[in-house]
Formats: sequence, structure tokens, C-alpha cells
Amino acid sequence: MVKIAVTGDDAVAQAAKAVNPDVVAAYPITPQTIIVERFADFVADGEVDTEFVTVESEHSAMSACVGASSAGARVFTSSASAGIMLMYEIVFIAASSRTPIVMAIANRAISGPINIHGEETDQMLFRDSGWISLFAEDNQEAHDHTILAFKIGEHPDVLLPVAVGLDGFILSHAIEGIEPVSRQEALDFLGGERVAKLKLDTTKPLSIGLLHLPDYYMEARAQVRDAQERSRKVILEVFSEWEKRFGRKYNPVESYMMEDAEYAFLTMGSSAGNARTAIDELRTKGEKVGLIKIRVYRPFFGEHVVNLCKNLKGLITIERSHSFGGPGGILSQDIKSALYGTGVSPLMAEYTIGLGGRDTLIRDYHIMYNRAKEAFNTGKNLPIYWWGLRE
Amino acid sequence: MSIELPKYKLKDLLDKPIFFSGGHRLCAGCAAGTMARQVTMAFDKPTMIVNATGCLEVASTIYPFSAWEVPWLHVAFENVAAVASGIEAAIKAMGRKGTYKEGETDIIAFGGDGGTYDIGFQALSGALERGHDFLYILYDNGAYMNTGIQRSGGTPFGASTTTSPAGSVIPGKHQFRKPITDIVAAHRIPFVATASPAYPEDLIAKVRAGLDVRGPAFLHIEASCNRGQRFDPSKSIEYVRLATETCIHPLYAVINGKYQLSRPSQRIADDPSKKLPVEDYLKLEGRWRHFFKPTKRTDLIEIFQKDIDERWEELLKKTK
Amino acid sequence: MPALPTDVSDEEFKEWVKEKWGYKKLPMAGSTPPGSSKFFKTGDWAAQRPKLIIENCISCLKCYFFCPDNAIKMVVGIDGKHHPEFDYFYCKGCGVCANECPGRKGDTAIVMEDL
Repeated sequence: MVKIAVTGDDAVAQAAKAVNPDVVAAYPITPQTIIVERFADFVADGEVDTEFVTVESEHSAMSACVGASSAGARVFTSSASAGIMLMYEIVFIAASSRTPIVMAIANRAISGPINIHGEETDQMLFRDSGWISLFAEDNQEAHDHTILAFKIGEHPDVLLPVAVGLDGFILSHAIEGIEPVSRQEALDFLGGERVAKLKLDTTKPLSIGLLHLPDYYMEARAQVRDAQERSRKVILEVFSEWEKRFGRKYNPVESYMMEDAEYAFLTMGSSAGNARTAIDELRTKGEKVGLIKIRVYRPFFGEHVVNLCKNLKGLITIERSHSFGGPGGILSQDIKSALYGTGVSPLMAEYTIGLGGRDTLIRDYHIMYNRAKEAFNTGKNLPIYWWGLRE
Repeated sequence: MSIELPKYKLKDLLDKPIFFSGGHRLCAGCAAGTMARQVTMAFDKPTMIVNATGCLEVASTIYPFSAWEVPWLHVAFENVAAVASGIEAAIKAMGRKGTYKEGETDIIAFGGDGGTYDIGFQALSGALERGHDFLYILYDNGAYMNTGIQRSGGTPFGASTTTSPAGSVIPGKHQFRKPITDIVAAHRIPFVATASPAYPEDLIAKVRAGLDVRGPAFLHIEASCNRGQRFDPSKSIEYVRLATETCIHPLYAVINGKYQLSRPSQRIADDPSKKLPVEDYLKLEGRWRHFFKPTKRTDLIEIFQKDIDERWEELLKKTK
Repeated sequence: MPALPTDVSDEEFKEWVKEKWGYKKLPMAGSTPPGSSKFFKTGDWAAQRPKLIIENCISCLKCYFFCPDNAIKMVVGIDGKHHPEFDYFYCKGCGVCANECPGRKGDTAIVMEDL
């Protein structure tokens, strides 16, 4: 398989090209712009059969996607940060309408102040929406996730939209070698074109989007809840099939050097790459440290995390996102909730890094590790700490 | 492309199936209900409907009861034109791939005041600019009626609404109605028209023409709301007819950029004595009660009349 | 469990409404069969009802076109002409038909009677 050298955005665009969706309705926003531009090139050169709707805002982008998907089309879009927030109302409706839209998000810091660089807070906003949420560590994962997201979302037991995240600029604009999936391989994997059962069909009319009064709203929401729960099994099946076809093994929660680890970094996205390097270096110094990487954020595979934490003395969470007034980082809250009541309770140190795209170096990981270990050795947790903040 | 307005007679339309069933919960006498029934009489091929949040959408689809006999989708308030764009794109793409087999399909987007004049305006303008093949129908009752009669960009001058109430200092809405039909026509789309459920043959013909057009079409329908405009339900059609007879809602079409009056308004252009003074309309509706009681506000009535006269003269100039 | 509202028959729909189906049985995405409001009675809203005075009906068809509620059907009478038949299951008693009826030489063919 010939490797190509592409940016993360380009890798996503290549994946979308392989899938050849029916409709792409998207609005540009840094750092996702290259995805849309590259795709526009494919459209203009006739390399895809997609109807490309150059909508006038992100709200209209997600609206057009919901319309198209409700009509039975396979739909792809992309956005980030302020764009996600503008379309936020419709994001929830996309999940409740059971439209399996795939959206690539070049994760970017949210305003204000306005900042265009990489941070994962934007996709964390999807947490409660019913969307399935994946994060990529490198461009290969960004490419792969985009394709298998369609398979997960369109599964009849699921029928939910899927967000595929890649860190803004860090991945979106950095060139890495990837093994691209071809059109034939993608369509074979997806089983051909989308065949939607629930759709706007003039031969079998129905109405979607009715007003639900208090006597029915909860039931409608419970259906989305259950769809997310059913997606757990489907995600594992799709990952397993991906490994069979392409040789790349994915798990909802990844582990690296966890077999004998006493301490572990826990993170998502590109930080995992940095963590791996730091771990290799720490290991040469005799440190028993490993990595837990969250690939699938929603649905949250808590039991997988708990299993990996069983023998840990200390867990160091590294998050490229932030929230105010809560008991710690956004991801850490999920971790702590998953651990609660299981009897597995490593000490925890929480770090917030890279907000607004601020660089975090490998040596910072060493310092974070040592600081955490020092606290752990005195039996203490380290409360959330914003790494690199100037006072 | 040439656009012909079909000429219908009521008896020809009698056997047309209606795709809007009874049992909906629009208020008694609601002209939007009348309009919806009339609109569906124009269907002659597979049709899909998208509906913005508002009276028509809410009252016709209280789960699990839906009045719509065609595929119908509601997503949100401010995006019906964007949703329609997505459906149109999907049908095009899937048609090309052979996964959509029903052939030519008509798409209608219904929006009320809010969904069209105000919060939905951006999506409308974007969809018109992109040239999607669909018919947008604005059912205009002069306020955000569904949420309780709040003023909109389409509320006429002086009307009392809950957010532009007739108070002791400010007598109702002090702005004039946004000229939505002209704004849409300025997008240079092939077919724009105004219509009224008081003139069903004209309305149904315009719906058919709008659906047949390749590209965007827009229909501005005046649909009276007896609750929010405050008059007896039985007068719904009578008063909406009066809106045309006073030239508050003149009936015309803009076909490939050329303005032409429709018969009810042409009659007035030919014989200006047939143009009724706006006072005849204002005095009947509760939303202008403060124009007449406790004192008659001739000053405000004159402002209203002057605005209507100016717009009518402008329209006449465009039709020459 | 019907995943699609198009799999729900009229009988099943009536059952759905009567029993208030739960989330496992309801079709997904809050979707419903087309025209399901036809089972919903709005006739009990009416405080008055239209009555036909057939001698005055000139078959202008206006009442049929102006009714908001599908509460009027035009049926051919023994005179071979169309006259309105009122469906009181839906009729809300709004009075638009009576108000719009031109009647024969000014004598209306539809009057509203208090219930």
C-alpha cells in the first residue's frame, strides 16, 4: 500500500472522497477549511458524485445535513469551535432525528477571546447530545475514523451521528504519512450506498419532528439514550472488522505499556503521541509508567478505564480542554465517575494543557510526571493545574 | 424559461386530493388551515414538505397526531430553507446514483413570520442565492402568533402586539412592514408572487407554477389570524380579502423579474375607485382598536394610508 | 416493535393512543404515520354548527375551499349539483362557511346554529 504525505485535514478529505457521500453541506472555519476546500476540488474535478451545498452558515450546514440525511442520503460535514456552537441547536436535533451524519471536527479553542488554535473543548460540547464522539491521535486515525464512523452511525441498531475529532493545527495542518483507503475498499467496508429505512419517502409518507408534549418527550429521549447504549457493541464490532480488513487495530480505550505500570498518563487526541514519547524516555530511567488513551469519548467505556487502572498507584490526566466551576477537568469527571464505587481508586493528578493551542513539550510531560509522582508518594491527589499558565 | 400561470376554475379543482387532513388543532377559522388545504390541491407529483416552527407546524403535528399526508419534516425555527436545501441536494445526488427512484419531486418549505422575515431570513436568503429547486411559502399573519402574538418584521404599522403593545405613550408598532416580497425578488429568482386564501384559484395556480419552476420560487400568502389580529373567527376570509382590496396585500407575480398584477389587484389598478381606504380594514381588527378608541387617531391612520399608497404606486410603476 | 411509523396500521395506531405506548414500542425519531390527526376529534370544540338550507345553495363551491378543517365535503344532490355536507367530527364551528356563503339572491344557504 502506497503511503501518501498529507495534513490531517487532507487525510479527512481523502477519507470523505473514498466514501463518496451523497451530500456535503459545510461552512469554512479555521482550522477545518482545508477539508472543505480539498473536497470542493474533488467536486469540481468530478472525482466524487457528491452534491456540495455551500451553505451560508454552520447552523444552515447542520440543518441541510439533517434534511439530506432525513431524505436517506449519506451525509458528511465538518466544522470547529464557534461553528459547532452556532449549529449547536441542530446538533441535538440531528441525534434525536436519528440521522447518521458524520462530522469531522478540527478541534479548536472556543471564544472568547477568539483563538484559532487546537483545543478539544469544542467537541466536548457534544458530550450530552447523543452523538458518538471519537478523537484521533494522528492523521491515520483521523482518516480511518472518518470512514468507520459511517459504518457505526448507519448501523440499524444505532442510527446516530458521529463526531470525528482531530486537534486543530497540531494534526489538521501537520503532514504525516498515511495509508489511504481507496473508494472500492471504503464502499466494500460500508456495504455499498446507504439504504435508510426511516426517511422521507413519497411512497411511504411519514411525519418527523412533531411537537412532543410532557406525555411523550421522555420516551422520545429514551430512544436516543438506548441507541447510544447499543452503539457500544456496534463500535467493537466495527473496530474488529476494520482490523480484519486493514490490519489496524482500534479499541475504544487504548493502552500502552500498562501491563506493569504503577503510574499512567490518561489523555485523548494528539497528546497521546507526546505521552508515548515521554513514557519511552521515562521507562529508560526505570519508571513504571504507561498510557491510557481515550479513543471513543461517547459512549464512554468506563469499565475499560477501570480495568486498566486496577493496579495503578497514581493516574495523571492530561486534558486539552477546560470547564469552569466544576470538580476538575471535563474528562477527569468522567474518569472519577467511572471509578466511583468500583474499589479501584488510584490517586489522581489533573493537568489542563495546551489551551488555545499553547505548545506543551515532551520535557513538560516529564515535569508533570515528577510533580504528580511526588504528590502521590505522600498519599496526596493533585488538584487541577493549568500547565504553562503565566501568573 | 417561460413560466405560465395555470388558469383554474373552482369546479376543476374539486376532485383534487387534499393532503392536509382534519383533526389538526389550528384555531377555529384559522386562515392558515384554509391555506394549507388549498396549497395541497396544487400537488401533481411526489411532494415533500418541510415546516418551520410556528402555528402551522405546532398545531398540525401534536404527537402522535399529524395532519400531513405527504412526507413532512420539522427541524427548527430558523432553518427551514436550509433543511429544504439539504433535501433537494439529497434527492439530486441519490437520483444520480440511482438510489432515489421516485423521479421529479416537489419540495415545499413553509415558514411563518418568524421563520421568514426575521430569525429564518438568513437561511432563506442563502437558499435563494444557491438556487435550490424548491418553493418557499410564507404564511404571513403579521406576528409571532404561536408564541403569543409578538411583533415581527411583518407586523404592519401601528398594530398592537404583546411586544409592541398599544400603550399610553407608544401606540403599537412604530416600524413599517419589511417589504419581504421585494427583498426576495431582488435575489433575482425566477418566480415570486403574493397570494391569498380568499382567492383560491389564484393561490393554487401560483403554487403549481412555483413548484413547476426550475429553481427557487417564493410565495407570500397573507393568512389572517383571528386570535392575534383580534376579530371573530367567521371573518377570517372576509378580512384577508379586504387586505387585498385596500392594497395592504396586493396580489401580483414577479416572473423572471417582470412584475404583473393578478386579477383582484389589476381590477383596482384599472379602476382606482375600487381601492378601499385602509380605515375600512383597520377599524375591523382589534389590533388597531387604539386607532379608534378612546379617540380616533387620524394622524396614525394617515401615516398607514400614506405608506400603503406609496408601496402601491411603486408596484404600479414596476408593472408598467 | 414497529421501528417505522409506516408499519403501524390504523388499528395499531388507535391502540397506541389508547394505551400510550412506551419508548420500546414507539416508532423511532418521534415519527408518526401520515394524516394520523384524522383520528382526532375537534368537533367538540364547536359552540355552533353550520346547517344547510339547500334551496339557497348555488353550488359556488366556496365553502369547500374556505373551510380550514376538511369539515365540508361537496356531494352531488338529486338536482345533479354539488352541495356541502358537513363533517361534525372535525367542524369547529368557526362560521367562515356561513359568513362567505353568497346564497341565492342574498339568502344564505348556510346558517350557524347554537349547540
